[in-house]
Amino acid sequence: MTNPNPASGSPDKEPATEALQAREEARATPTAPAGDTALKQRPAEAPRPSLGRLFLDNLWAANTVTVTVLAVVLAMLVGAVLIIVSDPEVLATYGYITARPADALNASWTVVSEAYANLFKGAVFDPDAVGFTAAMGPISETLTYTAPLVFTGLSVALAFRGGLFNIGAQGQATIGVVLAAVAGFALPLPPGVHLLVALIAGALGGALWGFIPGILKARTGAHEVINTIMLNYVAVYFLSWIIVQSGVQNPTRSDAISKPVDSSAQLPRLLGDNLRVHAGILLAVLATWFIAWLLNRSTLGFELRAVGANPDAARTAGISVTKTYVLVMVIAGLLAGLGGSNMVLGSTANALTPLVIAQIGFDGILVALLGRVKPWGVLLAALLFGALQAGGNRMQSYSGISLELVTVLQALIVIFIAAPALVKAIFQLRAARAARLQTSLAKGW
Amino acid sequence: MSTTAVPDVAVTAVDEGFWTRARKAGAVLLALGVLAAVLFGALATDQQARFTLSETEGGAALEINGTVGAILFGVIAAATGAALLAGVPKRWFTVLLGAGLVAFVLSFLCWQVSAAPEGRNFMPLVNVLRGTFVLALPLIFGALAGVLCERSGVVNVAIEGQLLMGAFSGALFGSISGNVWVGLVAAALGGAFISLLLAVFAIRYLVDQVVMGIVLNLLAVGVTGFLYERLMQTDATKYNSAPRFSNWEIPLLKDIPLLGPALFRGNIFLYLGLLLVLVIHLALFRTRWGLRTRSVGEHPTAADTLGVKVLRLRYRNVLLAGLVAGVGGASYTLALYSFTKNMIGGKGFIALAALIFGRWSPTGALLAALFFGFADQLATYLGAIGSSIPSQFLAMLPYLATILAVAGLVGRVRAPAADGKPYIKG
Repeated sequence: MTNPNPASGSPDKEPATEALQAREEARATPTAPAGDTALKQRPAEAPRPSLGRLFLDNLWAANTVTVTVLAVVLAMLVGAVLIIVSDPEVLATYGYITARPADALNASWTVVSEAYANLFKGAVFDPDAVGFTAAMGPISETLTYTAPLVFTGLSVALAFRGGLFNIGAQGQATIGVVLAAVAGFALPLPPGVHLLVALIAGALGGALWGFIPGILKARTGAHEVINTIMLNYVAVYFLSWIIVQSGVQNPTRSDAISKPVDSSAQLPRLLGDNLRVHAGILLAVLATWFIAWLLNRSTLGFELRAVGANPDAARTAGISVTKTYVLVMVIAGLLAGLGGSNMVLGSTANALTPLVIAQIGFDGILVALLGRVKPWGVLLAALLFGALQAGGNRMQSYSGISLELVTVLQALIVIFIAAPALVKAIFQLRAARAARLQTSLAKGW
Repeated sequence: MSTTAVPDVAVTAVDEGFWTRARKAGAVLLALGVLAAVLFGALATDQQARFTLSETEGGAALEINGTVGAILFGVIAAATGAALLAGVPKRWFTVLLGAGLVAFVLSFLCWQVSAAPEGRNFMPLVNVLRGTFVLALPLIFGALAGVLCERSGVVNVAIEGQLLMGAFSGALFGSISGNVWVGLVAAALGGAFISLLLAVFAIRYLVDQVVMGIVLNLLAVGVTGFLYERLMQTDATKYNSAPRFSNWEIPLLKDIPLLGPALFRGNIFLYLGLLLVLVIHLALFRTRWGLRTRSVGEHPTAADTLGVKVLRLRYRNVLLAGLVAGVGGASYTLALYSFTKNMIGGKGFIALAALIFGRWSPTGALLAALFFGFADQLATYLGAIGSSIPSQFLAMLPYLATILAVAGLVGRVRAPAADGKPYIKG
């Protein structure tokens, strides 16, 4: 297990290096003439393996899907260890494991399997559920938690592709949630328009908070990682200040909570009033589609990827790097702001509190990395994280396993993803030809 | 910061026109001074602003009429600004800037203290000074951990996680063993555990160091939060009642007015923190290890050519950083509070800010940490005297100051050249 590919700039660079490798391989066979003759000769050299064989080979190679699945498995194993060592009763059985090993194993299996079963039941489907609402409950919860994560994940992923590390999704979402909420309860507007205005307000708030590190980076070279971290905290304090201002604070309450958002500004629920899933998830899919289009089909997306891959080359080619940096951060902020708006216009809360947006910004970083900084990958990753969150709630209330385990699992999954060489070594995977697993930017301050 | 990142823009901080850095700072300071003299002077009352040299209202005190003080110090700040603007020799820059900022703060305090309600219109300097050091302590340890890591070329965003893990394992093992020293060692090892993960993934597996730091912070929050809920909440007496270090009074020194009560009646962590600043400063700039560390952080290839074991040195320094940060975490749980979920609450990121604000040097980090600690303490104090300034805005101060510093408005900051770049031998 020697060192993997030297970390090579942004994830964007890798397709290029792969293409280069392929070309070098082609060049390494001097007998083969260029063009279609090479294609004709190749299969003749070795018998083509059967389809099933190919499938199995690829399955156990270090491709994206296999590594992701194995990373989840590894994370859950570590989580199981944590569950066991934090349960004094189970731990007690390990005191006499040499005398009666079955006790320890049984106790461990019971506590772990029960916890993970509840995780599954809370996230996907509960076999004991009766009726439509109960059966759809877990999925509804999962989608509810997924929606904001898609936005923040896209925000971080888009910035990554442009060669910027947006740690500020948390702060951008915070400013977004403030403006969305204020627009949601302060403006007397008809339904529909009100929702639209609130969403736009949230998006603009996030965009403003993304613009600051973007313009600082472009004008002074100040590193966006530092500035976005700092702006996260400025946003947190701003939120805790504005909540208690008169006109914002709920007049009937003495604690830090704002007035509730008008019902005309709330995202409609999709499956009736008893299920929390709301139109935010539809917006999230729409945003994913749009960002995928933006990245892969638009001029801006091309420039953005060019700048992310190599700013010097992009500049030489006539692309304005500074303009691109600012635009990337503004769009990233806009997305994160929308994610924040989801938290107060959706069904998770309808008023500002100091913890209203929870961790969606930081989780967004994990989601982006897990989704390999590709829009549709981000959507899937957010779905997984949303499921973990929803299942974690049930695990907490049914098995008494703290919700924090979900944070541990999420962090571990991403750690294993980020170091594919480690997963490869643990499971003795073959190196896959098209393994694009480097999440590394490796640019330093 | 990396000026190389965007070379096609005008790098404003190094331009050599009329508007040099000193002149810009002077202009800002002049504006602040005038603002202070006019605004603070107008808002201050005729009450005496008393700065007592003790912890209470009584005793010796420095007194000044509120309005007079606010205007006087505002004018001083404006004067230093004007001097900078007029153009003074470079060696005076730091002194004048410092004096101007201090005068501005004093003007502000004259207003605030004189405007405070009767009975509370005094500022106990001993309390403020001691509070500053107490609040700065985790920042000092955290920033030192950052210095050790980043000077050898590994970005340490995981300070928060290291502090948290240190605080947690200090509390846990201190409680189980009932011995503070066991707790202290466990805390150091807890911090080093996060460091080990950072080192292995950053150095061995070449994972992006900032990414790894962020993920490790989340991991630390998750693991400590999980174990806190499972163990400490269910049986607090067994798992979360660590013994605490008592305060050590240093004979003679403790009787120095003002400084004595604030600095020489503290606990082990205060002395250890200040000692570490000195030790790391000397080690970094006066020893062979320090020279190697700095060279590895600036130009690892050159260092390798000269026979320095780059990766080994990086591993060692990152682990050392973990030990230091772990002890910093213990300064909470083995001296002040029992462990609670996510108790570091962003201090690790302020420590990172202090590291950057202090320009990657131990003494700079100490000063920055003290400045941030002072801002924190001031927020508490102003809250206590019922000030009209929202404490949240004071709490923003460290972060805003760092943004200004990084943007080159308060002088340019530059990271070690190889900071964050993995080294691949060969």
